[in-house]
Amino acid sequence: MRQTQAPLFLERQSYRRRRLADAARMLPVLGTMLILLPLLWAPQSTPGTDTAQGGLYIFLVWGGLIAAAFLMARRLGAGIEPPDDPQGGDREGG
Amino acid sequence: MLSFNLLVAACIAYVAFLFVLAFAAERAAAAGRGDWLRSPLVYTLSLSIYCTAWTFYGAVGYAARSGLEFITIYLGPTLVMTGWWLLLRKLVRIGRAQRITSVADLLSARYGKSVLIGAIVTLMAVVAGTPYIALQLQSVTLALSVFGGGLDGAAGWDERETALLVAAGLAIFTVLFGTRNLDADERHHGVVVAIAVEAVVKLAALIAVGVFVVWGIAGGPADMYARIEASDIAEWHLDSGRWVALTFLSGAALLCLPRMFQVLVVENVDDRQLATASWAFPLYLFLISLFVVPIAVAGLERFGAGANPDLFVLTLPLSEGRGGLAMLAFLGGFSAATSMVIVAAIALSTMVSNHIVLPIWLSFREPRAKLSEDVRVIVLRARRVSILAILALGWLYYRMSGGGAALAAIGLISFVGVAQFLPAMIGGLFWRGATRLGAASGLTVGFVVWAYTFFLPSVGAATPLWAEVQQLGPYGLAWLRPQALFGIEGIDPLVHAVFWSVTLNTLVFVGVSLLTFPGPVERLQGVEFVDVFAREGSVPRGWRGGAAGAEELLSMAQHILGPGAAQRLFQDAAAEQGTGGFLPEVTPDFLERLERRMAAAVGSATAHAMIAQAGGGTSVSVEDLMAVADEAQQIMEYSQRLEAQSEELSRTARQLREANRKLTELSVQKDAFLSQISHELRTPMTSIRAFSEILGEEGLSDEDRTRYARVIHDEAVRLTRLLDDLLDLSVLESGTLNLSMREANLGEVIGRAVSTVSAVPGQRPFRVLRDREAEDVVLVTDPDRLAQVFINLLSNARKYCDADRQDVRIEVRRGDGGVQVDVIDNGSGIPRESQEIIFEKFARLGDHTRAGGAGLGLAICREIVEKLGGSIAYLPGQGGAAFRIVLPTGLARAA
Repeated sequence: MRQTQAPLFLERQSYRRRRLADAARMLPVLGTMLILLPLLWAPQSTPGTDTAQGGLYIFLVWGGLIAAAFLMARRLGAGIEPPDDPQGGDREGG
Repeated sequence: MLSFNLLVAACIAYVAFLFVLAFAAERAAAAGRGDWLRSPLVYTLSLSIYCTAWTFYGAVGYAARSGLEFITIYLGPTLVMTGWWLLLRKLVRIGRAQRITSVADLLSARYGKSVLIGAIVTLMAVVAGTPYIALQLQSVTLALSVFGGGLDGAAGWDERETALLVAAGLAIFTVLFGTRNLDADERHHGVVVAIAVEAVVKLAALIAVGVFVVWGIAGGPADMYARIEASDIAEWHLDSGRWVALTFLSGAALLCLPRMFQVLVVENVDDRQLATASWAFPLYLFLISLFVVPIAVAGLERFGAGANPDLFVLTLPLSEGRGGLAMLAFLGGFSAATSMVIVAAIALSTMVSNHIVLPIWLSFREPRAKLSEDVRVIVLRARRVSILAILALGWLYYRMSGGGAALAAIGLISFVGVAQFLPAMIGGLFWRGATRLGAASGLTVGFVVWAYTFFLPSVGAATPLWAEVQQLGPYGLAWLRPQALFGIEGIDPLVHAVFWSVTLNTLVFVGVSLLTFPGPVERLQGVEFVDVFAREGSVPRGWRGGAAGAEELLSMAQHILGPGAAQRLFQDAAAEQGTGGFLPEVTPDFLERLERRMAAAVGSATAHAMIAQAGGGTSVSVEDLMAVADEAQQIMEYSQRLEAQSEELSRTARQLREANRKLTELSVQKDAFLSQISHELRTPMTSIRAFSEILGEEGLSDEDRTRYARVIHDEAVRLTRLLDDLLDLSVLESGTLNLSMREANLGEVIGRAVSTVSAVPGQRPFRVLRDREAEDVVLVTDPDRLAQVFINLLSNARKYCDADRQDVRIEVRRGDGGVQVDVIDNGSGIPRESQEIIFEKFARLGDHTRAGGAGLGLAICREIVEKLGGSIAYLPGQGGAAFRIVLPTGLARAA
């Protein structure tokens, strides 16, 4: 049992969850950095052709972001309680 | 081969299909079978209205003109969505907590429920939305022109007419499904389902064309890669300024575009939807952008730089003789254009009705005049008219701009316009110090700079006057040239506009906020927004309560929410407070709840103003403001615990107070009744004794004898009636009454009662207004006893209704609780303080001795109805005295 092994960290699960939320907050920052990265390559001043390569890079970054968001949303979403405000109660019938 | 007529027919069939689908979804939702409508998948698909005709046609055109830059339009939203935990989660939570109806409502609610902010934002959104709608009309017309050129049956086809026809058709759809009801939470199931289906169609169409290009025209991905390397756009001209500006703009647009706000925040039900959309929506954008560059490259190869690249999606399949694929592509583009226009028109019309029409209408009313017309009718009419006006504006812009510009260029004008909401929005969500004046001035400055540097150049470019301003600056002031402000030249016009408008907007917003002082409501709202997670349910109320009469509030709420919903809201609140009936005590909590509920229909600013009008002024207490201050946080937490305990106590106290008041009143009445009843018993007794003595005397004529005997008989009858009533009641109360339950038609029972009451001649004209169709309900009941109830109610109306022409309405409705029968007269009603005792025994209001009753009628009614398994209550706020009888539905069925 985890509790007996590490009595100091009883709240392990919720601690993990909070760190996961931190990661979720950092994700767009990381994404922004990766998306702005091509600015450093300055492809307009390089001699070769870059569109195909650049496109590939962007789509890879994009796919990575989606995958990361998917994993985080699955773990974070599991902790979301059902709708806090049951609207059905005061919805107008007619 | 594809004919023009076939294309038009397919289009119409597709639209008809959407109509049926939207209608079916509305029906399903109304019948309570709408759970799947709230699934994360439908939510994600509805977000895809971000991808309009701009994406469908324009992205390829954009790629053909400037290479990879098009992709920034989809990277911005991807960043915002993947960062949902940071920003969107808060925005959506606030939207649900405050029952926000639009982006204008959000800002207005945050800045003290300000009418001014709501109006500014609405105005900006309409102006900025116009080019966007024009873009959609232009794309459909362009697409049709592709077919019109080379197909049979296209003779006599006119572009302008098409645009007008499309606009008209969209207006009809939007009015039909977007303004069906003023739903309490502004969700539109039919529309959401229709756009979800359109989302699938446009994605499928674009992918189909892409697959055809990569595997049909080129020889697979590797060949495609080589072709891109060899194409005109092989060199990536990355303009750093534009790259950053466009990514920022598109991210801002996802939050600020009225239609995106509508689907993202207003239609959102819970955080799960958002969690799924955080990766699924970027995935949708990913898939839709995947084939853009290949299609652009293939188009450039085939048609060269001379052709309109915005149309490659259509012209490529057509030139390869793939009519079916071209048709699918056309429908995809059509879907993209129509879904955007529909949602944008709904969102904008909600804003116009709630933030421009209603405030104007409110300000023209007498401050405390009674609400006589149904506000819902006004709101719905305003929305319908604004939908028509918004589409007309879009069409006008399309005509004025000549329809020649690239699609993406038009779309960007709107993006920069709505991005002006961003500083006020983000500031409002994260900074308590943001004030109403700061937001208003920031918004105005941003809007003016945007209009001057970007919007006007787009519409006025052709006029000589504007050309001069552009060249030399207004009045020759060179530093004010619209595309080189402060003399800084050589910047890309887009970057120039974004930079100056957003920077000046933010600076002014922050500066003015720092210098001004927020009002009380602003400060409360600031805390509610900024600390939405920390202080859930613990935020102080903005109302002090007590000032407004519950009955006035109910009658106002009925005009806004509809009678059913308003009555239910009041009834629930009364039940929670521990008192029965329809009128809860007007506590701050209750006012807050009522305001939220009304805000969902008419926007927070209007709801606030209306409650303030009804209640005679808003007031924020010192305690409320104390609670806002940080230092008071700890004290507050402690006092909250106390509050929870004292709430329970005060509920009990309220019940006790109520009971005590009733008892005191009843005891006074009982005394009065005793003297009354002795009086009533003694009068006939006296005359009976006197006349029987006279009868005993000698020498009376037969005539006199008969007359005296008559008098004695009449008095005896009066006595008997009085005793009958008393007996009736005691039988009912002791529970020994036998009911003969059988099936009976409600209409017949009412009919019997009406004819009994009408048979007695009265002083004033008396009329009963009935709805025989609704009354046609079969109940299992005791018809004689039930008739007695109606006879009592009707004869009460006849006795006490003080109108010159007595009209009694009988309304029958089938509700969840059973069959509701309302009996409503047109007199002055029963005063508030008496409403609770009228059902008690011996209760008589005022000096109505002339009516000759002993005050037992309503008490008998209540006993009977309760024995029949139903309930009877006084229904306040209906104009006259009104009673609601609810009869059990168990065995009832329509005849």
